[in-house]
Amino acid sequence: MDVVLLSRLQFAFTIMFHYIFPPLTIGLGVILAYLETRFYLTKKPVFALASQFWTKIFVLNFAIGVSTGIVMEFQFGTNWATYSRFVGDVFGSALAAEGIFAFFLESGFLAIVAFGRKKVSAGLYLFSMYMVALGSIFSSIWIVVANSWQQTPAGHHIVDILRPGTAPDGSLEMMPWIVDGVVQRRAEIVDFMTMVLNPSTVQRLSHVLLGCAAVGGFFVLSISAYYILKDKHHEFARHSFNGALLFSLAASLGLGINGHTQAQNVYRYQPAKLAAFEGHFETGTADLNLIGWPNAREERIDFDISIPGGLSFMVFDDFTFSKQVVGLDRFRPEDRPPLIIPFLSWRVMVGLGGLMIGLCSLGLFYNTKKQLAEKRFLLWTFVFAIGFVMIANQSGWVAAEVGRQPWTVHPPVVWNESGNDLVVAADGLYQYDESLGLRTSNSFSTAVSVEEAKTSLILFSILYLALLAVWIMVLDRKIRIGPEPLPEVSASEGSGVAAAAAARQHARLSDKEQDKGGAS
Amino acid sequence: MSPETLCIIWFIILIVLLIGYAILDGFDLGVGIIHPFVAKTDRERRLVMNSIGPLWDGNEVWLVTFGGALFAMFPNAYASIFSAFYIPFVLLLFALIFRAVSLEFRSKRKSPFWRNFWDILFFFGSTLAAFLFGVAVGAVMQGLELSELGDYQGTLFDMLSGFSIAVGFFTVALLAMHGAIYLYLKTEGELQQRLFTWMKGTYYLYLTLFVLVTLWSIFFVPASLQHFGDYPILWLVPILNIIAITNIPRAIAKHKPMYAFLSSCCTISALVFLFSAALFPDLLPASNNADFSVTIYNAASSTLTQKIGLIIVAIGMPMVLSYTILVYWTFRGKVQLDEGSY
Repeated sequence: MDVVLLSRLQFAFTIMFHYIFPPLTIGLGVILAYLETRFYLTKKPVFALASQFWTKIFVLNFAIGVSTGIVMEFQFGTNWATYSRFVGDVFGSALAAEGIFAFFLESGFLAIVAFGRKKVSAGLYLFSMYMVALGSIFSSIWIVVANSWQQTPAGHHIVDILRPGTAPDGSLEMMPWIVDGVVQRRAEIVDFMTMVLNPSTVQRLSHVLLGCAAVGGFFVLSISAYYILKDKHHEFARHSFNGALLFSLAASLGLGINGHTQAQNVYRYQPAKLAAFEGHFETGTADLNLIGWPNAREERIDFDISIPGGLSFMVFDDFTFSKQVVGLDRFRPEDRPPLIIPFLSWRVMVGLGGLMIGLCSLGLFYNTKKQLAEKRFLLWTFVFAIGFVMIANQSGWVAAEVGRQPWTVHPPVVWNESGNDLVVAADGLYQYDESLGLRTSNSFSTAVSVEEAKTSLILFSILYLALLAVWIMVLDRKIRIGPEPLPEVSASEGSGVAAAAAARQHARLSDKEQDKGGAS
Repeated sequence: MSPETLCIIWFIILIVLLIGYAILDGFDLGVGIIHPFVAKTDRERRLVMNSIGPLWDGNEVWLVTFGGALFAMFPNAYASIFSAFYIPFVLLLFALIFRAVSLEFRSKRKSPFWRNFWDILFFFGSTLAAFLFGVAVGAVMQGLELSELGDYQGTLFDMLSGFSIAVGFFTVALLAMHGAIYLYLKTEGELQQRLFTWMKGTYYLYLTLFVLVTLWSIFFVPASLQHFGDYPILWLVPILNIIAITNIPRAIAKHKPMYAFLSSCCTISALVFLFSAALFPDLLPASNNADFSVTIYNAASSTLTQKIGLIIVAIGMPMVLSYTILVYWTFRGKVQLDEGSY
């Protein structure tokens, strides 16, 4: 394995682990802001109870999200130094803005939310909750801006890096930086707002935020469905379930609608990516594949079941089902994204998105008929659905990022005047302007050795898997204890624990004595 | 504004961010370093952890913002430094993760094994982070062997010189003292009594290492005083630093911990300043060829980006300061445990 592959694996692993947490905090943040507002206005204890319970879980997730988030910021430099030199002017600015505008806001007010309920007025507490939710959304905005710029760069130009040097006449002036005969180039901002609002920012940001909302909603659904099944924390569970159900349904429907237009946007700016998603090889009228397995070597889909012309319809909203869609055959082999991973992860995301809408609708149907409590299978489905919603989030990102390959900065594509095909070279293939993008294989840190990259990957794997286990353990316990700190229950539980501990201690002592006896 | 002026302004902003981080997360790390030694009972350990509970997270953001600003304003320096310190920075990330999760997980179970485990990890993470920051500072001061592109040419062991390790221990001692003074401010009773001894102990440890590291840099690290000849005004900083350092035991003896804490903040600021002055105008000096050094001029972003950055700072920093003050004001005074605590 080379440093590029190891660094890619490490980035993929650490970002996927990190991305368990931000959607939970962003989604729960919005729900918490809602609960606190209701409590502030109505003073009903059920809202305070719910808010306090979810806040504890929120804080737990937040801490892991923060500490695994720094890893991401460091990794651009540690593993992708060449990339960092190329994009720092643009991409780094978005990250710096994230630090100043989002992280300080989030972490500052989280302190008040987590530790300060008794120390500040109700109004300031509510305000702090809003700021935490806002901060986490700001953070998603800047990071999606940065990522979208990689996908659909805009507002920048790519120029020679100028450095102070000595001109032939002996004067000091800025001149291109040449190393080993190669002029060093990089991206520089020309128009900040165009960079921020590059062609895919708004679409992708909406999709990310809706995805986060769905995670937050389904997380609440999961735990409250569990309480309904276990017949615990009645009022809390009913309220949480009903609210979260509507919230999740809205998010899931929004994801579907937004996802459709976003895919059209992907086609316009990254047609090779969409062709990989859909396993679309031959330029022409495109079928929408429902079931199949992509065969990269023979450039076809095995076991293919498709809607004829379906993809033409999806890409262009074309009711004739016949418009031409550019396929992978327009791209040179070295310019194509890998096939299997984008193809499968795209399907997992879309499929799970459909199931989310179906599940929420079914839940709403039985809920309005007041039959939900009897549908135990449906409730159990809700308990476990959160896992699948998270998988949908992750696979969406996998599709987006693997589909971006082989580029870290995607060069632009040029369409012909009628917009139905790319402007191709003499051999019928599209020729990317390499100088306007950056290949993944040229982005890594040359200072890092294979051994170092391997070591860090192994260490991250061990650490994160352990962290995951502890997180689930602690979360599980929090959920089992539940939202109601009833004094009499906790007292009996406390004495129970103490009694059990005493018994265990006693048992251990007598064991020891027995051991001694056995030894002598 | 000329491009050079912009580069210098951004260099100063980076110094300010680094000082902010060193002072604020410095006491968090210091608290972690002395945690298992000063706090004996479970209640005391909870008090110690909760003294930084609401604050550590925001304090760490100074580091994140420093990293982001370096990335945006001096991309070449960010790339060269972070890839050069590959393994140390991976370990630093682990240390910061250990610190964060131990705070978060420790109180989630009652079992003594569970709690001891996180106590040890909290200590270990905080100490390792402080040590690695010091090692990195020491190694940067000495310079690294770089390629023309600015990529590090040596191995991990090349950068672990006696000096960089000494600066590592020095940083641990400095932050331990800083943390002890902070904890003294936040605690009362028997725990505070014990911290009194710890403040003095860590102070003398710090003082010893300060003398050692100072002499070492003056005599063996040529960069450290390079600008002092041209700008004698710079001598003011080490003089103020020495005043601050001598102030600490005086303030401790007079039971004026706030005064001691401010002095400790001053000495941290002075040290970061001296470190930056030793580097200027480099961000990462090349030990093999001065032309390969990564400087604030040859590593800089475009003038437009640096100006946009200034606008972001001008909008963002007043807001940041306002809620930082709000949070520190809310959690002023002695630390107390309630149901929201760790």
